[in-house]
Amino acid sequence: MATVEDRQFRVEPFPGGTPGNQRLVEEGRLPDYDVVGTRPIRHDGTDKVTGRARYGADIKLSGLLQGYVLRSPHAHARIVSIDTSRAAEVPGVHAVCTNADMPSADHRAGDLGEGMVDWYHLNQNVLANDKVLYTGHAVAAVAADSVHIAEEAARLIEVEYEVLPPVLDVREARGADAPVLNDDVRTDRQPAGETGDTPTNVAKHFHYEKGDVDAGFAAAELVIEREFTTETVHQGYIEPHTATAFWSPDGKITVWTSTQGSFMIRMQVAELLDVAISKVKVVPMEIGGGFGGKIAVYLQPVAAVLSRLSGRPVKLNMDRSNVFDATGPTPGSYMKVKIGVDAEGKITAGEAELLFEAGAFPGSPINPGCMCVFACYDVPNGRIDGYDICVNKPRSNAYRAPGSTHVALATETIVDEICEAQGICPVEFRLKNAVKEGDERVDGVTYPPVGMWETIKAVELSDHWQSPLEGPNRGRGIASGFWFNFGGNSVVAATVNEDGTVSLIEGSTDIGGTRASVAMQLAEILGIAAEDVTPTVVDTDSIGHTDVTGGSRTCHATGLAAIKAAEDIQAQLRQRAAMLWDVESEQVEYGDGATLTGPEGKTISFQEISGKLTQTGGPVVGRGSVNADKHGGAFGTHIADVEVDPDTGKVQVLRYTVVQDVGTAIHPSYVEGQMQGGAAQGIGWALNEEYHYGDDGRLHNASFLDYRIPTCYDLPDIETIIVEVPNPGHPFGVRGVGEVPIVPPPAAMANAIFRATGVRMRSLPMSPPKMLHELLASDG
Amino acid sequence: MAKQRIVSTSINGNPVEFLAAPRQTLLEVLRDNLDLIGTKEGCSNGNCGACTVIFNGRPVDSCLVLAVEAEGGELETIEGVALTDGLHVIQDAFLGQAALQCGICTPGFIMSTKALLEENASPSEDEIRFHLAGNLCRCTGYDKIVRAVQQAAEGVTN
Ligand code: FES
Ligand code: FES
Repeated sequence: MATVEDRQFRVEPFPGGTPGNQRLVEEGRLPDYDVVGTRPIRHDGTDKVTGRARYGADIKLSGLLQGYVLRSPHAHARIVSIDTSRAAEVPGVHAVCTNADMPSADHRAGDLGEGMVDWYHLNQNVLANDKVLYTGHAVAAVAADSVHIAEEAARLIEVEYEVLPPVLDVREARGADAPVLNDDVRTDRQPAGETGDTPTNVAKHFHYEKGDVDAGFAAAELVIEREFTTETVHQGYIEPHTATAFWSPDGKITVWTSTQGSFMIRMQVAELLDVAISKVKVVPMEIGGGFGGKIAVYLQPVAAVLSRLSGRPVKLNMDRSNVFDATGPTPGSYMKVKIGVDAEGKITAGEAELLFEAGAFPGSPINPGCMCVFACYDVPNGRIDGYDICVNKPRSNAYRAPGSTHVALATETIVDEICEAQGICPVEFRLKNAVKEGDERVDGVTYPPVGMWETIKAVELSDHWQSPLEGPNRGRGIASGFWFNFGGNSVVAATVNEDGTVSLIEGSTDIGGTRASVAMQLAEILGIAAEDVTPTVVDTDSIGHTDVTGGSRTCHATGLAAIKAAEDIQAQLRQRAAMLWDVESEQVEYGDGATLTGPEGKTISFQEISGKLTQTGGPVVGRGSVNADKHGGAFGTHIADVEVDPDTGKVQVLRYTVVQDVGTAIHPSYVEGQMQGGAAQGIGWALNEEYHYGDDGRLHNASFLDYRIPTCYDLPDIETIIVEVPNPGHPFGVRGVGEVPIVPPPAAMANAIFRATGVRMRSLPMSPPKMLHELLASDG
Repeated sequence: MAKQRIVSTSINGNPVEFLAAPRQTLLEVLRDNLDLIGTKEGCSNGNCGACTVIFNGRPVDSCLVLAVEAEGGELETIEGVALTDGLHVIQDAFLGQAALQCGICTPGFIMSTKALLEENASPSEDEIRFHLAGNLCRCTGYDKIVRAVQQAAEGVTN
């Protein structure tokens, strides 16, 4: 078999896209599908362009009350007392609640699909009664005839606080004399399985080691060690959190909310309110963005408690400042990373120490950070230590490839320094060191077939890389990134209609076009058009347990379920045709063009047999249920051209290309959209976004004016090159796409900035003041 | 709460009268009183554009307009954009170019685009990006939105 280096590739436009939308094609190998790889109009599109789609805040119910949540003005304080009596007396108020109205919780771990949670901590995060641990921490809530009455009443709630000093920085929080946030937290050391015996902010310590690290560094010709910091950032979804709940007199709770995982909301509401999951129905509304931040509950249990107390349905909406103050964010970090290379530019060893902010309660994505830090390269000897550290900020949450963007800044910047020092082209270095099938990561995982090398090849062949960049203060950088992707549980049911169409119901909430990409996979198997499948996302009583829309899993795992359902339909239709023709079902084939064929040239189309189901035993429903475990990791490499204004420090992105191995692109437009959107978030993280805290622990920029995410005027066209190295764990080769594209941008920008200015930025964001400071410092 | 006032206005070509308290924003009244939920709330302080409507021919953030200010004015919301026999060219273009992912920003972008194209039928890419900079989208990276506006502009000028 030819080695990968002998294979011939070219970059060409991806059919149906604009000129900036391209793909890497290997000579002699082009996927051959009818529906997969085409660009049908998404099924839910018309509702979304006409304003008819109903998002979380759009629910209307008779007797609906509006609520308001009272939040802590302090970053760290003990709650001495809460007096709600005056609020309860306000005319128009129907219920007031505090943590005392919820069942007490104990320390047990729960799995939310993109992170673990301790039920006691989640209970305290939803409504605190012991300590408040960040400004905006919820302490009480009111339900009233209008949100204005609820707000006015909430202001009459008297909370007495004993104010404590806050700690906001991971390095300080780790120190012996730092204020401890949670008396119950002890350091949990993994994989050793040991637990510390004193209260601490260091909730976890992960340690991974492979090979002989000291020998690896001794064998290196060049060793570079650097420190990096990143600030706390927010997912920044445009739709604020919202929840509406009705606690019926028969004990059943219905929750209408926008969430990445309705079954995860069901589990959390049931657990926190101590009711059976079967008593909770979660109705997923359309969701206005999540990126990992709409998995954990905030308002849902509170709305349910207010409903129980008032006997009426209750709606709670956050405003934008609540969203910044009390939800999200993804951690700030401190990282020290060291890489050694031999004279040929092959990596000999890597070492990393990573400190991530957990926020108020344990649970930062430090473990994925550890697993991603050297994931792109064949690192024969490695040692990684990662720490999850509580600080007085909101409880951190997943944000698109959680943990990977941080560590890519460190590794990819050092790789660029190595290339610079050794005079190696960054593309050549990466081709030489890229992980391939069979390579083992430092945390012990061996790679299945992966496409890291192919993404670099695509960079090398791209018009962007081959076009010279000229002009003063301009530079080009590249960087790579990795995400595991995920499989997990998904269920669909598909009913064949008499007119030859299929109604597809699923439990995966659709954040970015997955109704279409899942329906397309069913259509491909059945040989029908994507438009002949009608996908619907249903509530938790109407379909089996489906994990979160997150981890880049939906197109892969819910797609697998849809494929299974289609195969189930095929098997049932073969029986029906056998019945019609009076033959055995083994004699019937479901072939191309959606046609069933039997002995003696008998044929019947999918359309025709769909009209004969009543005569042959009744309607046909296909079922697909999976717990997918062959997701296949994914890699991306980005090219950034920047210009740095020497007078202001402002960095302008001139040209940007996202290259990513997606396995197989089901709906290329939405694949490109994920790549572009992830890159835009990464560029925002790189250049602008950060939480600004005062010394008192108050967040100073809880608005979209002051927490500035990129606008369309800040960004250039974002070019895409889709790489398709099929995942052997999926019939069409799907890997998943959503998360990888946020990983490379900060490092790609930092590397481009270096080439523009000669200044290495090792601290995010690379905002004008910081950039200018470094520029002036470098001028001496 | 202060006494409510009667406000007479025109919404999507139809005369509408509604009651509003002086403190209520136009966004709140559209969504809560008039059930025009297609206009979205992302920030309620004029920073995201999700609540964009066209007020007397100009795009405005309805969260920054008091409902009582709509007295005697003409409003267009996302609910009035589609034609009786199909989608508006802008809506078609957003669908055709896959210019939405979660879709929460889409009504606001469509209203801003409509206002732009009514003023400038063939904007350059720079003009499009400048005009739409008040509308935030966190999902798409804007590339496909800009393509959609370009496609719509061609449709409008043809
Ligand atoms: S809701 Fe009006 S601008 Fe954001
Ligand atoms: S499509 Fe989600 S914010 Fe624009």
